[in-house]
Amino acid sequence: MRPGITGLEDEAITIIREVAACFERPVILFSGGKDSVVMLHVAVRAFAPAKLPFAIMHVDTGHNFPEVIEFRDRCLAGFGLDLTVASVQAAIDAGKVADAPSRNPLQTVALLDAIAENKFDAVLGGGRRDEERARAKERVFSHRDTFGQWDPKNQRPELWNIYNTSLRPGEHFRVFPISNWTELDVWSYIQEHDIELPSLYFAHRRPVFRRGGMLMAETEFLHAEAGEEVFEEQVRFRTVGDATCTAAVESSAVSIADVVAETSIARVTERGATRADDKISEAGMEDRKRQGYF
Amino acid sequence: MRQLRFATIGSVDDGKSTLIGRLLYDSKSIFEDQLEHVEAVSKRRGDEYVDLSLLTDGLRAEREQGITIDVAHRYFATPARSFVIMDCPGHVQYTRNMVTGASTADLAIILIDARHGVVEQTRRHSILTSLLGVPHLVVCVNKMDLVDYSEARFKEIREDFENFAARLNLHDVTFLPISALKGDNVVDRTPDLGWFEGPTLLHHLENVYTASDDNRIDVRFPVQYVIRPRTTEYHDYRGYAGTVAGGVLRVGDEIVVLPSGLSSTITGIDSADGPLTEAVPGAAVTILLADDLSVTRGDMICRPHNRPRVVQDHEAMLCWLDSNAQLQTNKLYTLKHTTRSARAKVSEVRYVLDISELHRKEPTGPLAMNDIARVVIHTAEPLLRDDYEHNRVTGSFILVDESTGATAAAGMLLPPRE
Repeated sequence: MRPGITGLEDEAITIIREVAACFERPVILFSGGKDSVVMLHVAVRAFAPAKLPFAIMHVDTGHNFPEVIEFRDRCLAGFGLDLTVASVQAAIDAGKVADAPSRNPLQTVALLDAIAENKFDAVLGGGRRDEERARAKERVFSHRDTFGQWDPKNQRPELWNIYNTSLRPGEHFRVFPISNWTELDVWSYIQEHDIELPSLYFAHRRPVFRRGGMLMAETEFLHAEAGEEVFEEQVRFRTVGDATCTAAVESSAVSIADVVAETSIARVTERGATRADDKISEAGMEDRKRQGYF
Repeated sequence: MRQLRFATIGSVDDGKSTLIGRLLYDSKSIFEDQLEHVEAVSKRRGDEYVDLSLLTDGLRAEREQGITIDVAHRYFATPARSFVIMDCPGHVQYTRNMVTGASTADLAIILIDARHGVVEQTRRHSILTSLLGVPHLVVCVNKMDLVDYSEARFKEIREDFENFAARLNLHDVTFLPISALKGDNVVDRTPDLGWFEGPTLLHHLENVYTASDDNRIDVRFPVQYVIRPRTTEYHDYRGYAGTVAGGVLRVGDEIVVLPSGLSSTITGIDSADGPLTEAVPGAAVTILLADDLSVTRGDMICRPHNRPRVVQDHEAMLCWLDSNAQLQTNKLYTLKHTTRSARAKVSEVRYVLDISELHRKEPTGPLAMNDIARVVIHTAEPLLRDDYEHNRVTGSFILVDESTGATAAAGMLLPPRE
């Protein structure tokens, strides 16, 4: 293994190329969030000077920050890549799921539908093991049954760098090339390659309110309730997801270097600081993953 | 400094979770929300102390039953180095998890309870570490506080271990007296172990030299994927993408492609960061050749006078992993080795290894989960293979059960029988 971030990128490239070699219809999940941006950059570099041999898909809750959607489209246009959108709104309109205050868990339905419809057999995601304790147990090549379910107690052991890519009809794999990267590694890579990100990742002033100890943004999708006071604060987002369950943190980091400095001394994990949906129960992520979540 | 991936092997009784907790806590790598969470869960369960194993036991079943089922990955960094801890449950029935964790480890930590000394579990863990070729081993003699920090006791245990380990293939063994609970010699030196002149555990982990663990002599480049842009600009570009499994490839090197045996010269090495003059083990690169040969995934690029063995009959140590099916000799499995797959049969089980004593036993039935055995395997196509002790990448393989897709077994290739 080569030192530093280069070694982690080597590992990610090896995984991404293995997907290209072993699967018929791979797709990269791309939300415009930092992890998916980094994964996409690595993937494009893995096949240069040839074109990326994967489809790109975004599971859109319909409750995304407009800056992120604008960035998503501009970033893909820059790479000359086409996007498939799996829409949670469309799933709601079709009566497949009932709308909920947070649409984050509803993404599973739209995702599984799109996987079946497009016959995707490998779905690459930017999940990292340091994010969350259920993810810390997941394989790099994570097998899903015909219902898209993850069975944590019956995972295929993963040895050396040999990946078992065996699949039966209707099943698929979730593949996590940056499994072994930490939040700081991701930011170091962004810094080294001067990668553009949505403006939300950097300090800006916006109206926010406190809920459950977290700073939520006042947006068209989420409003302060009675007793919650809206005020303006200088914040940034450490993770960018559905606007209804992604919280901001107070920050003065306006550049990539500032964020790297801030991340290296952070005392709270990124999901602990910003994800309302993970606080529901100790096994919130595991339960969602079992049902087919990312 | 290279990232260090280390496996911690042992059970709760050895104080392994406490040790991991101590390493993370004293190196300030536990985040506040994680600690709050662990404290809250411990309190609710009525534990007498904060159970740091909750930091790594991520699955609902593990938390409910208070056991570790699967290898957990934990990440931390100090200013000197970044680390991945692969925490492996240590009970007999979890041999398969230990094998999995050890397969990618640069270093293994084995814990010995200072009161009990070298016990069966210590031997089992050491034998597995040796079998999996983990390059560095740290034996932590833990709970030194319970033997009055006795130097004599520490030396006695070290001698016991050395006597037993002389039969094993362990190259770099370091002994450290510690108390994970009290924090002695894990991150900080303490007066109680003032007699010990060696490093603290963290200091050792930060400084252990792993760059020479790779095989940098024998050039091995398994072709993973062929890159052909099919654009006007790169009309004639045909690159062989892969990850260097051994040796150092340089532009201008004469090479031979196996199994065809055709030769050519390296004209370029492309990487994500642009052209390179050489590619070292672990580097994911694209090799360009002077001649237009037919090279595909599963082929291997090496030097003309240093080739892997190209054979169909193999001696191997096999660790059975599948909990739902036992080995059936003469059944067809898919064998995955580097970027090559071949159908394979296990034709003979020579002996089963008793991993507590390193004894050879006659097989009494089909191999089942956690069994380790020496076997003879026949593949439908030749493998381009080295002995595991010379190269962990080109010497390892897995068997996949074609009917279920399960990873049935992990194997390490041995030299042919004389």
